[in-house]
Amino acid sequence: MALDDAATREFKVVGTRPVRPDGVDKVTGRARFGADAYAPGMLHGAILRSPHAHARILRLDTAAAKAAPGVKAVVTRKDFAEGQTGENWNVLENIMADGKVLYDGHAVAAVAATSVFAARDALKRIVVDYEILPHVTDVDEAMTAGAPVIRGGTADNSVPDSMHPNVVRFHENGHGDVAAGFAEADLVLEESFRTEATHQGYIEPHACLAQLGPDGKGELWCCTQGHFVAAKTCASLLGIDASQLRVTASEIGGGFGGKTTVFIEPVALALSRKANRPVKIVMDRTEVFRATGPTSSASMDVKIGMTRDGRITAGEGSFRLQGGAFPGAPMEFTAMCAFAPYNLDNIRASAWDVMCNRPKQAAYRAPGSPMAAFAVESVIDELCNRLGLDPIEVRLKNASREGTRAAFGPRFQRIGLVETLEAAQAHPHYTAPLGPNQGRGVSCGFWFNHAGETAVSLALAEDGTVSLSVGTPDIGGSRASMCQMAAEALGISYDKVRTTVADTATLGYNDVSHGSRVTYASGLATIRAAEDTIEKLCARAAAQWGIDREAVVWEDGCARPSGPNAGDFEPLSLAKIASRMGRTGGPIVGHYEATPEGAGVSFATHLVDAAVDPETGATKVIRYTVVQDAGKAIHPSYVEGQYQGGAAQGIGWALNEEYVYGEDGRLQNPGFLDYRIPVASDLPMIDTVIVEVPNPGHPYGVRGVGETSICPPLAAIANAVSNAAGVRLRELPMSPPRILAALDAAQTDSG
Amino acid sequence: MSMIHVRTTINGDATEFVCDPRETMLDVLRDRLALTGAKEGCGTGDCGACSITLDGQVVCSCLMLAAEAEGTEIRTVEGIAEGEQLHVLQRKFLEHAALQCGICTPGILVASKALLDENPDPTETEIRYWLAGNLCRCTGYDKIIRAVTDAAAEIRETQ
Amino acid sequence: MVDVVLWGSLRPFADGQEIVSVEAATVGDVLAGLVAAHPGLKPQIDAGVSVAVDGRIISSALGEPVRPDSEVVLMQRLKGG
Repeated sequence: MALDDAATREFKVVGTRPVRPDGVDKVTGRARFGADAYAPGMLHGAILRSPHAHARILRLDTAAAKAAPGVKAVVTRKDFAEGQTGENWNVLENIMADGKVLYDGHAVAAVAATSVFAARDALKRIVVDYEILPHVTDVDEAMTAGAPVIRGGTADNSVPDSMHPNVVRFHENGHGDVAAGFAEADLVLEESFRTEATHQGYIEPHACLAQLGPDGKGELWCCTQGHFVAAKTCASLLGIDASQLRVTASEIGGGFGGKTTVFIEPVALALSRKANRPVKIVMDRTEVFRATGPTSSASMDVKIGMTRDGRITAGEGSFRLQGGAFPGAPMEFTAMCAFAPYNLDNIRASAWDVMCNRPKQAAYRAPGSPMAAFAVESVIDELCNRLGLDPIEVRLKNASREGTRAAFGPRFQRIGLVETLEAAQAHPHYTAPLGPNQGRGVSCGFWFNHAGETAVSLALAEDGTVSLSVGTPDIGGSRASMCQMAAEALGISYDKVRTTVADTATLGYNDVSHGSRVTYASGLATIRAAEDTIEKLCARAAAQWGIDREAVVWEDGCARPSGPNAGDFEPLSLAKIASRMGRTGGPIVGHYEATPEGAGVSFATHLVDAAVDPETGATKVIRYTVVQDAGKAIHPSYVEGQYQGGAAQGIGWALNEEYVYGEDGRLQNPGFLDYRIPVASDLPMIDTVIVEVPNPGHPYGVRGVGETSICPPLAAIANAVSNAAGVRLRELPMSPPRILAALDAAQTDSG
Repeated sequence: MSMIHVRTTINGDATEFVCDPRETMLDVLRDRLALTGAKEGCGTGDCGACSITLDGQVVCSCLMLAAEAEGTEIRTVEGIAEGEQLHVLQRKFLEHAALQCGICTPGILVASKALLDENPDPTETEIRYWLAGNLCRCTGYDKIIRAVTDAAAEIRETQ
Repeated sequence: MVDVVLWGSLRPFADGQEIVSVEAATVGDVLAGLVAAHPGLKPQIDAGVSVAVDGRIISSALGEPVRPDSEVVLMQRLKGG
């Protein structure tokens, strides 16, 4: 698919900053999120969860709960369909344990009752006898001989037989000869890094309202990044037909990857089927932390060689990620992203997917990439320090460009890394003076971006306005950019378009809102559906004028005769043709259904200044600048918002956030008081620079922007903090005790 | 457990309800009074998504028992706009794109309005500390701070 | 014939080769050809792969064309947050 004319095109609507269409609903409290739905006869569901990290269920007795006041249904694993395979089996195993609980918080039974209180009271009457088993929550320990086996036989054929059964997948990529590359270097550094699991931390807990009858027909309302996938998965887990389950996506209060799968939805459906009444389940915050998908924790070794003049001669990395008690830690992306920003002759990246007694990891914004950047960019920074080189100059010298063979195999098409580095170098931030105990950090970051199955329909109303239906839940203002792209393509004004996130019964299958795909893929689909509509509009005009379709062009929202023999007719506006469409051939609807294949990869460069208090180890980010290639910013305010949000989440990951497990394998901090995400007073303003190097795979040049913004911050902040403290920090989060310990260790070394 | 009868004023309207003694004000607003603008993000007073004002003070409605509402005056996000006229804060949040998902927005608007009612010329630092109890995971707060600052300026100009 | 580059951990299933030549006119042919030549690759290919053709990453479409001189690289199937 070729870039239409983005480089030269003058946009009228794209690139402006209109008020979002769902804005008024969201500032008045009217917008309906997951927990804001109610139904007549509705019951409330609650879920009993394991207090143990690893245990065999010896006895599960729900009789007393069934008899409790107000209780209408109790479900356990046997209320779900058997015969699940692949990822559906993992999802089922995660949402309801069978015989063995695999992590603190793992669901074992659920109750539906006439009130939340009745449901919670009934949970206390369920008797579970556990045989507690040894557990492991640390990735390196889980790989060690003698570590408890979580689920034997899970490993695929990529894992060498000599590995512990908790190691379930292996990935390796690269090219060249790393040993020869290291031999060419003037300085080779090899360092080890660790990052803890963090949670996506969306403010809206998972919530759903389910209704499933004995006839196998159902309705599901839920906050999700992908209602089509929710329908498919739930139908399989309940043993019903996917098309008989209509799923409507509510407004979604944040997802960041964490709402790309299901947790409570199949449970609510199973309860509803048993009670034959609607059932609502709303997670509390503790359940969100204990039983949804945090990101992986990682343990990594990275070795890089550099010449005196800053050329990187070789890079080697070993990445171990745990993804909870299930396969799926995104370690292959860690290995693929690690060296992606650099044009290296010699690369080897190896990665292991390891199971631990923790909740099943879920995607979190560029899954696997931020930790890779943390390790690699920290080593590059240290090499620059030791060789006395400028960190941006070194990155420019080694930067991937169009035609560079990427670490993960193929050659890059048109990319904008160099442009982000040059913009960062030219930014006043880069040369601003620093105060005492302050340091500056630079990092690049990379993410692939994704396209996926996409269907939209664009229907005209008789008054000349447009109803656009998309199948990708709006997680950050995408309805505004869809309206903009439709208006741009049709040549009408922004406020004449309304975009709706259609339910699963209304539109063809759509992949989840993930992989930074929405503005790219649903945007491309919107433009193509508008073109399909224009085709139909021109045909109606041609018929009315009695001329050939080829003699009609679409310009500025009107059909116009064109060419020598077209004749002289007044232009027909979209509104004019639409007003007569019922009598000129019927409703006019444009479509697009396909899996586009042109999501352009994206790069960013971040600059951070941090201050470290050497007395307390406390760190403050005092200045932050994000430079990222957006391809083309459809609504620049929401592009900036993605940049700022990614940076803020990265700041939390770098400095505060971590899953803390006790010796007993229980999560110690399942709440926002102890799992501290950045608050307003923690952060500075976050400056943004939008670089636009058009993606050749999108008609307007769009690249996804949502995920790349979280790739550089861990490393950029670690570099800033390390430069401020005068000692290299290799473990996240860089909490005050860790910084003090590093300062103490450095003093002991030098003393 | 017998229910408690409560008389209160919500967004200027005299309101009566009965509630279980265990119910929070947030539960009653949402589940009994159909005022679902206030959100439950944590249930422990850490996120501020359920912020309301109780006799003019910002409180987390998830930490307040509904029975405590007797004889008080409560305001929620639903009471910020006057008819079809959005409050300047609401307008500025839209103009500045100060929301992405919007789940924290009701609480942040309630808290911001209470700030500007008390201090029409807050510094950036004052805004940041005032809103430190309202978590936003999407925006990094930048555009929220700008929207509140701009709203304060407009309020000062028009008064 | 089209030369297909395998990532490192796939090579043990293809007799240690980095490049496998298959008869292919489309991405679908590439995948089918690989499995036919080296059945050990099937579980990994079934688990999900993308195919980069001259730098364009094809994550789904089996019908995308491949030419004998195309640079074809197998990659892990992408997903995101």
